[in-house]
Amino acid sequence: MRRFSWFNATSLTVGFAFLYLPMLILIIYSFNESRLVTVWAGFSTQWYGSLLQNQSFLDAAWVTIQVAIASSTIATVLGTMAAYVLVRGGRFMGRTVFSGMVYAPLVMPEVITGLSLLLLFIGIGLDRGIFTVVLAHTTFSMCFVSVVVSSRLVSFDKSLEEAALDLGCSPFDAFRLVTLPIIAPAVISGWLLAFTLSLDDLVIASFTAGPSATTLPIRIFSAVRMGVSPEINALSTIMIAIVTVGVVTASIVSKRSSLAQQRDEQAAARAT
Amino acid sequence: MRRFILIAVPYLWLVALFLVPFLIVLKISLSDIALSIPPYTPQLDWTAGWAGFKDFLGQLDFENFTFLTQDPLYWRAYVSSLQIALISTVLTLLVGYPIAYAMAQAPDEWRPTLLLLVILPFWTSFLIRVYSWIGILSNEGFLNQFLLWTGVISTPLTILNTNTAVYIGIVYTYLPFMILPIYSALEKMDGSLLEAAEDLGCSRLSAFWLVTIPLSKAGIIAGCFLVFIPALGEFVIPSLLGGSDTLMIGKVLWEEFFSNRDWPVASAVAVILLLILVVPIVLFQRNEQKQREMDQ
Repeated sequence: MRRFSWFNATSLTVGFAFLYLPMLILIIYSFNESRLVTVWAGFSTQWYGSLLQNQSFLDAAWVTIQVAIASSTIATVLGTMAAYVLVRGGRFMGRTVFSGMVYAPLVMPEVITGLSLLLLFIGIGLDRGIFTVVLAHTTFSMCFVSVVVSSRLVSFDKSLEEAALDLGCSPFDAFRLVTLPIIAPAVISGWLLAFTLSLDDLVIASFTAGPSATTLPIRIFSAVRMGVSPEINALSTIMIAIVTVGVVTASIVSKRSSLAQQRDEQAAARAT
Repeated sequence: MRRFILIAVPYLWLVALFLVPFLIVLKISLSDIALSIPPYTPQLDWTAGWAGFKDFLGQLDFENFTFLTQDPLYWRAYVSSLQIALISTVLTLLVGYPIAYAMAQAPDEWRPTLLLLVILPFWTSFLIRVYSWIGILSNEGFLNQFLLWTGVISTPLTILNTNTAVYIGIVYTYLPFMILPIYSALEKMDGSLLEAAEDLGCSRLSAFWLVTIPLSKAGIIAGCFLVFIPALGEFVIPSLLGGSDTLMIGKVLWEEFFSNRDWPVASAVAVILLLILVVPIVLFQRNEQKQREMDQ
């Protein structure tokens, strides 16, 4: 507590007000009765009703969820493989190129990723649709998964795997029975990260989607260009609510499990 | 065999969907525009073999790049992107540092909650967070209503659709990227160093300047790059909050591609943007590398 002065208290208060007030205003005004979004005219939930009847938003939401589930799942498998190869794979031909390709998409501007993938799809004559968006999202989010998983792989004790191998496990069994359970939290957070990135992406999807697969961000963007609308406020509120519940739940679960792990370790230490 | 598959699958995926597309951009940036679909020539004709390849090489030129240097629009767009990214990075640092500092000083039992509060916006839709500022910054928006009500101003300020709105948007959306690395650097700092500095006659302010800032340097550098690199190619923020005179290269590339349908020029714009980004990216990686070595 030594230096927790008024200065620190002020910067925390002002900082978090800055981070949260815009979203709070959005949430409050989604319950506004008036179509004029900056004038309060009384409480109403009509915009939620009209949102749920808007077929184009519902269709876009469905496309987005399909894309996000498919791309984050493939990205998690590929990203975990890439991380394992980079951390445990030893030397192989083209390793430098590989690690470069894993890290480059993380810093690549979205406009360039989108443009280059679109030119590829057109070049090979692939019709744009849900499938091409899944390919595009998988490619950039597998790199994020790989970073998350490899940081976990680096930090855990390699001798556990070696012990399993010495005791007669095949390399695949050693991975399945020893490595995977240990890196599981990182794999899960990698999946969640990939899922969120896919849900959120506007630029890459705009390039690779084509007219047949409008995702929710594309739909929101075209609506928002016309200015503020109460339906978008309602939609934003729903999305913010889902994310908040998800993140808070995940942090409580991970705190509980780390506490349980601590207890187990203490019990094990006492037993020996 | 299993090892081979393990390496080959992610490897080939990235070659096919990252490396090859990038080479295509490079190739098209050296081609001429054509009124056809796809709207560019030449196409590499694989069936013609070596002669086709030589023919293809013969048709390549740097015309699009020359075009970019001749039209002042692109030059101004690159300069103004660099300027906007640089100014917003400095602003984000000025806003983010005090928050990270206060978080590191906060009692231990608050920290997980504070950290969660910083991370939460990061999981929330980027588009929605940018959108939320439209209602605040517009002429009849909440900020103007508030300022008129307090009597600070008598006529509404025009903020939306100006560069100021773009700065606010970038600072707001990238703030967590600045706070987190600075916080993790400050958190590792040994508090007794400050006490020692004060015992040796430093004032609080000079102790902060001579001890705290240098020790959080790596965090500051990491945070600045994490804001600067994506801000440079930003598209959503300038197109929603900026005005028609806000020139950013991401927006120019988008318009060149979707409105003008000039793919070769769009590709050339992309190639130059990447060349500009190479410098900060290499510097960032070096900083990370140094950090990792120091931690070990």
